[in-house]
Amino acid sequence: MREALRRTLPVIVVVAALLAVWYAAALVVDAPQGALAEKRPLLPTPQQVAGALLAGILQPPTSPRSLIYHAGVTAASAAAGFALAFVLGIGLAIAIVNVRLLDRSLMPWIIASQTVPALAVAPMVVVVLGNIGLTGLVPKALIAAWLSFFPIVTSMVAGLRSPERIQLDLLRTYSAGGWDVFAQLRWPASMSFLFPGMKVAATLAVVGAIVAELPTGAQAGLGARLLAASYYGQTLQLWAALVMASLLAVVVVGVVDGARGVLVRVRGGRL
Amino acid sequence: MPAGDLDPVAVIANGLSLTFGSGPEVTPALEGIDLTILRGEFVSLIGPSGCGKTTLLRAIADLERPTGGTLVVNGLTPELARRQRAYGYVFQAPALYPWRNVERNVMLPLEIMGLSRAERRERAQRNLQLVGLSDVARRFPWQLSGGMQQRVSIARALSFEPSLLLMDEPFGALDEITRDGLNLHLHELWRTTGMTTVFVTHSIPEAVYLSTRIVVMSPRPGRIVEVIDCDLGAERPLEIRDTPEFTAIGSRVRHALHAGTPHA
Repeated sequence: MREALRRTLPVIVVVAALLAVWYAAALVVDAPQGALAEKRPLLPTPQQVAGALLAGILQPPTSPRSLIYHAGVTAASAAAGFALAFVLGIGLAIAIVNVRLLDRSLMPWIIASQTVPALAVAPMVVVVLGNIGLTGLVPKALIAAWLSFFPIVTSMVAGLRSPERIQLDLLRTYSAGGWDVFAQLRWPASMSFLFPGMKVAATLAVVGAIVAELPTGAQAGLGARLLAASYYGQTLQLWAALVMASLLAVVVVGVVDGARGVLVRVRGGRL
Repeated sequence: MPAGDLDPVAVIANGLSLTFGSGPEVTPALEGIDLTILRGEFVSLIGPSGCGKTTLLRAIADLERPTGGTLVVNGLTPELARRQRAYGYVFQAPALYPWRNVERNVMLPLEIMGLSRAERRERAQRNLQLVGLSDVARRFPWQLSGGMQQRVSIARALSFEPSLLLMDEPFGALDEITRDGLNLHLHELWRTTGMTTVFVTHSIPEAVYLSTRIVVMSPRPGRIVEVIDCDLGAERPLEIRDTPEFTAIGSRVRHALHAGTPHA
């Protein structure tokens, strides 16, 4: 009990302090309008945001005002993007580790790809793909994958290269082939590197999916909701969608942590 | 390997030399090594750091390429012998895979060699029993002490029944008491299996206790100074280390080491 308190107390204190600052700021910012009960406060108070969030969540999921519906649309593109990034990222990492030429030729491009702002690329991708008839989920998933594959490639390259000389020598004494070196050593050794990378990649997939919804004129998704809310000055909706997006990221990271937990159990308590 | 079983010679080195690097950076590690190891022998390679004892062992294992002379393992080149899985190698560190439990670590070479599941399990159990670790088969490496981990790695090296056991300072990182226990254990293992063993160490008592012959080496470049017979009989309780015979062999090894390294 005391132990639990010791662990949760710092979190509670920080959250309480943040809420207090937020609340005070809202009072100051909104004072000229005299508008705590207002529909469009400049800076809504925590309980106003919570109210809007709850209202959005409690809508029937078929309603266009339902935050669950919009989060679901975003989650679908994020999940598709993440899956694509996972396959692409791991495939690239395996290629880079096995072919020295690819390490020098591919890696600079992979790094360069991340210096291009996704917000700038997203409309181009959407327009180009739209012209060849690809709309809806596909362009959004591609943009999510664009952001998401980088941490997977880098963590996986480091992981596949992590085995020590002695572990490689051991397999050599068994005269093990390339496949065995990969399957018995490099792949299992890479897991403790892959999961932190996947956590970052999963949140980036959510960011990517939201960014992709902004320029597409999308009717659905948290990005579309954010854009519409900011266009019409609906600050409560805006904040509610923002909080919903971070809740979605929490869920997504939780899924990755859950997968990690399964592997840790299989491995007897350590990754 | 039918030919290897008939041949009474396990390893022959003839004028063996090995240098690392090239050009001005060249480091001679071994020079003019002549050594014959017979089947059933327990041969220790002893010498100060940099004398090439590990390099010689790694050359036998085809983990290093000699640059001169000849080296024959089981009547074959080291590479062919390695491909035939002629030897089990125990490294300085246990090198267990942390994601495999003890039993599955022992089964690793058997999986790679394509043995059936039942055969793998049977051999893992037998060899874990041989090193006295049957009861920890389901544990993971990080749950074991350093000495137990090294015993697992010995069981792993024995699991595919190689004709030659190569050990590179396997107990170097362990405390004295654990080391004594493992020496006793290894000696029993060698006595019951009769397995040809090449053992690298820098401990004189360890070499004298375990070996039938001790190869004393000197550094820069690594050469053989003297080969000392170590005929203490097959029965070797730990107390044998207090006998005059043991002390005498120990002091011969010490003198050979000093003769080989005048500047040490």
